[in-house]
Amino acid sequence: MSASAMPEQVAAVTPAKSSAFGLRHYLICLKGIVVRECLRFLHQRERFISSLVRPLVWLFIFAAGFRQVLGVSIIPPYKTYVLYEVYITPGLCGMILLFSGMQSSLSMVYDREMGNMRILLVSPFPRWYLLLSKMLAGVFVSIAQVYAFLIVAWFWGVKAPPLGYLFVLPALFLSGMMLCALGMLLSSMIKQLENFAGIMNFVIFPGYFASPALYPLWRIQEASPLLYKLCLANPFTYAVELIRFAFYGQVDWVSLGVVAGCTLLFLGGAIIAYDPSRGLITRKQGTGGNG
Amino acid sequence: MQHAGTGKRGDEVAALDVAGVSHSYGPKRALNDVSFSVAPATFTALLGLNGAGKTTLFSLISHLYDTRRGSIRIFGHDVSRASGEALRRVGIVFQARTLDLDLSVYQNLSYHASLHGIGGHETRQRIAALIETVDMQGRQHDKARSLSGGQMRRIEIARALLHRPSLLLLDEATVGLDIQSRAGILATIRKLVETEGIGVLWATHLIDEVDDGDHVVVLRQGDLVAKGKVADVVKASGAGSIRDAFSRLSRSEAAGIAEISP
Repeated sequence: MSASAMPEQVAAVTPAKSSAFGLRHYLICLKGIVVRECLRFLHQRERFISSLVRPLVWLFIFAAGFRQVLGVSIIPPYKTYVLYEVYITPGLCGMILLFSGMQSSLSMVYDREMGNMRILLVSPFPRWYLLLSKMLAGVFVSIAQVYAFLIVAWFWGVKAPPLGYLFVLPALFLSGMMLCALGMLLSSMIKQLENFAGIMNFVIFPGYFASPALYPLWRIQEASPLLYKLCLANPFTYAVELIRFAFYGQVDWVSLGVVAGCTLLFLGGAIIAYDPSRGLITRKQGTGGNG
Repeated sequence: MQHAGTGKRGDEVAALDVAGVSHSYGPKRALNDVSFSVAPATFTALLGLNGAGKTTLFSLISHLYDTRRGSIRIFGHDVSRASGEALRRVGIVFQARTLDLDLSVYQNLSYHASLHGIGGHETRQRIAALIETVDMQGRQHDKARSLSGGQMRRIEIARALLHRPSLLLLDEATVGLDIQSRAGILATIRKLVETEGIGVLWATHLIDEVDDGDHVVVLRQGDLVAKGKVADVVKASGAGSIRDAFSRLSRSEAAGIAEISP
């Protein structure tokens, strides 16, 4: 290993007070986190393929089978009868966001176990900004996956109004933020990667099935009033409805309010959980060293 | 207990000032009223056996954990109250490997640069210089996964220097490396102290990494049991060498365990 002179490696012995970070520095930080998230996603081809295959299996196989069994009446935002494939497409978009949000939670637990998380957390930028950037990076990757799915669905004949693909973008963004924030909050509570199976059983599956992603709420209400109430208490329900209405250029204000509120709630919880002075991380021994 | 802290020299601000720091994990006390300081341009070895509290101390200094009792200052900036200012001045090499194995060497370094707000052009220049410094030319675009343990450590040191810190913390940086890699890394760090005036806190349990001219801080089960220049610590402990001194201090730990064991 060379120990040759290193010009200007280090500033001064006793540094002068440096100027605070400006907007440019914050954007550089955000860009770096987004680029890393994208690179990690691209390097993990299996993750990309499975994220695409999962909703397509539902669309190609499940929906084709259930089309004959499950009728969908005319309910807002639909003005005519729609095919079952069309009905579940917003739910499948939500499913991609849900899995991706939980995947980002998984990656945070993995990063913490592997030590990569420390590199993020010892950055001089405010902790809340780092977590927000990490969330935005996760949402960026999620939305790219949703559009990849929508392209394949379009070729399969499942089409939304052309402008719907544009209108749905803010809904996808907000729903993605909510689910990523939830994932981040959950990641602070999970000490080991093995515990992630619990997330699958207690968050992803109940969240997905107790929602209007696969069947309209009125059908659930007919089948089980208790399940209907559970669906109404499920934030994912509102994410799906927000996306569904957005495809048709409409805003479901209740869904918008719930999703925005839950985003703030989950994000606030995650920031507190990862705050070294108040968070759960501090109370757990897991620095990865043995000294 | 020795009192030969390596702290402030005249009106010079200490690179690192740890004052009365305690930390617990639930009922388990990991650090107990630890105080010492590291002056700029000095090499301070933080000695202690496994479980002595070195890694906990590093986590507090790097603000992974908040300091609940006592205070930690980096060049006068309180780590809890002004963590941004403090963390800008410190480079850290953690004990566990922290490179992203799926990314290339360059991507790992570039990611770190962005976390310090360093832009593209400057990042490229600094990475090129540091890759040369750690003798890893030609490996920039290799995946971190393909590097040996020693090479990963060199990249982690380059990464810790990327934002030009004035204080460098290394937690058991040579654990698991062969003798040649260990010597090379240690020589580079000592050179940085001499030529660049960086203050270094080097946590280790390998006593042969300590030189006569170094400062040492010795932890034992969370207690600070000695600090000062090597010669002073050796003299105060009544030992013939720093190896013997460390051994005696460690024996005290063994005796302590023996007393409470059935």
